[in-house]
Amino acid sequence: MSSPLRVPDLLDRKLIFVTGKGGVGKTTVAAGLALLASQRGKRTLVCEVDAKGNLADFYESGPSGFDPREVQPGLFTMAMDTERSLDEYLRLFLKVPVMGRIGPVARMFDFVATAAPGVKEILTVGKFCYEVRERHYDLVVVDASPTGHVIGQLAAPQAINSLVQVGLIRSQTDWMLEILSDPVRTGLLIVATPEEMPVNETIELSQRVRVETTVDLAGIVVNRVLPELFGRGEEEVFEKTAAAAVRKRVNTVVGGDLGPLLDAARLAVTLRRTRATHLDRLRSSIDQTLPMLYVPYLFSRTHGLRSTKVVAESLAGELGY
Amino acid sequence: MAARTQAADGKSRSLEQLMAAHEIVIACGSGGVGKTTTAAAAAAMAAVRQGGKVLVLTVDPARRLANALGLDGFGNTAKRVPPEAFEQAGVLPRGELWAAMLDTKESWDNLVRRHAPDPTTAGRILDNPLYQNITGRFVQSHEYIAMERLYELHTDGAYDLIVVDTPPTRNALDFLEAPQRMSEFFSSRLLRLLTAPYKSRLVSLASKPFYQVGDRILGTQFLQDIAEFFILFQTMSPGFVERANAVSRLLHDRRTTFIVVTTLEAAPAHEAEFFIDVLSSKKFHLGAVVLNKVLPAYLRDAGGNAARLAEKVERKADEMARKLVTDVDPDVPDAEQLRRVLTEVAENFIRFQLVAQREAEQEAALGKVPDVVATVPYFDTDIYDLAGLLQLGERIWC
Repeated sequence: MSSPLRVPDLLDRKLIFVTGKGGVGKTTVAAGLALLASQRGKRTLVCEVDAKGNLADFYESGPSGFDPREVQPGLFTMAMDTERSLDEYLRLFLKVPVMGRIGPVARMFDFVATAAPGVKEILTVGKFCYEVRERHYDLVVVDASPTGHVIGQLAAPQAINSLVQVGLIRSQTDWMLEILSDPVRTGLLIVATPEEMPVNETIELSQRVRVETTVDLAGIVVNRVLPELFGRGEEEVFEKTAAAAVRKRVNTVVGGDLGPLLDAARLAVTLRRTRATHLDRLRSSIDQTLPMLYVPYLFSRTHGLRSTKVVAESLAGELGY
Repeated sequence: MAARTQAADGKSRSLEQLMAAHEIVIACGSGGVGKTTTAAAAAAMAAVRQGGKVLVLTVDPARRLANALGLDGFGNTAKRVPPEAFEQAGVLPRGELWAAMLDTKESWDNLVRRHAPDPTTAGRILDNPLYQNITGRFVQSHEYIAMERLYELHTDGAYDLIVVDTPPTRNALDFLEAPQRMSEFFSSRLLRLLTAPYKSRLVSLASKPFYQVGDRILGTQFLQDIAEFFILFQTMSPGFVERANAVSRLLHDRRTTFIVVTTLEAAPAHEAEFFIDVLSSKKFHLGAVVLNKVLPAYLRDAGGNAARLAEKVERKADEMARKLVTDVDPDVPDAEQLRRVLTEVAENFIRFQLVAQREAEQEAALGKVPDVVATVPYFDTDIYDLAGLLQLGERIWC
């Protein structure tokens, strides 16, 4: 189903952004992918950009902060904090000692960063590029902003480049762009569920990424795929079993009312069918060579380390490990 | 269901009452939970049953909604849903349903034109290269403009009821606080400090270190562009602050109520819980919670009978299949295939029952605070016309 030429190199990249419409399981996939990478011996950093602070739930670890913490062997989590990022930036590149010393200036800068286009975004993206450049990790996985905001983030270096003609930040954006534009090192994954709106947004975003950013679209992860209930010929047998004519006999043999069970099976079949049409639409609307990875619907639990492990496992299967 | 009357405590007991008693209904919740559809369905119901002029204001540019309403798209200017659309859905509405979509850029432009001291200044602001970037990306600009537009439509007085869905926000609080922030932004000392040196050509002592750092990072030219923009923007300050405060008051007004929309999946439900807490603690009026895409009740299997049966079928599928095979399919009896079908049916029930029970727990947690809780089942197909919207509306109405 997925192109064997491109998928296996996914974890060999250095920087993977994971985005998707709100509620599709973006963080689940980012957490699973990072866990998989660390299990395969890569020193991995996974970072949440919109600090809702629930990345920690996926590893059942304490909340993550700007300073990375090792939550599993070789797996580090952090939460983006643009103020801290600026602080680090000033110390590293401008040799300005500590923001604290210039007091209200820090607040003021945060204010400008909020208002001026691309400044906050570049402090975010810049931090990841910096980690890649300094080779602190083998892989940086970013639980990025949702589809509506991610373009602004990924396109920030270009935006700044076009607005700022001189100054230190101009020279900074050059090396960031080089990392972001390199498909060997950097890629974007879009997470979708087989539902109408997430599929629409995924199709739209996959086009915008190509036009508005220099980042390579590495693949699409389809999350919450329902299992196929019946194999060939089985649906026919199911219909015969569910037929009203034999219901009494069936109930006698099984020793109870099979009705709810049959209804549930029918519901599952219908849900899967509706989702299949959205999946077909997705497949036919995107570049045919783009890898698609499928992650099953998790019936048992939707949070916690155990489910993160399940996601990592199914991603491993999809990647051919 | 018997006609319900407003209880003595003044609390609404159904969505019907809630919407009859308010002029503005704001639907909120995390992305992908069916906020827009719920808002449209509720507005359509109000137009049909309660009459008057009802407007649904959406921030979601989904074409599907326009199509469902029988419109070939709508924008900042409201369009009336044609009576033929209702005719086709088989209802005769007592009132009118109107639809408008928030056009962020156009709304900002209008706002600038209204608050700028003169047309020349307005033109300079609109032409500033930073303006578009700022209105497009400025944190909360989208949230603010949505509430601002709501205020405008409400003050115009053209509608009896306005139902609005909120933009998907990173932080559920953003749009509640946006008017306040906007007002603070304009009256802040920071803005004055920032623009002061370029106004007076005299670097004040307080902002000097900032400019030293700023110059080194961003370059003087860029910083000057920003400052110039803010100076222009500041000319709108008095009108803007007053307006933002008015918008903020409207959100707290007793004529305004909030509906929290969510599914019972863990993440959106947690966000909804958080949202309910915030609305209550900040004294906004929480009118109702709408639970979308809820699995059917039989899956919750309160007595556990179906689950026990499922386990039994799983265990004894082989034996049952052999006994049943000739009854089910006398033509081509295949006990092995029937065994697989029975096993699948049993396992499937157990899987979905787990999800349904988790949903029941979420529902209990969400149902504690609000007066009205409406539940919408999983629909087999997506809603594609007004009849579908009204069908959904019926489920939440009373």
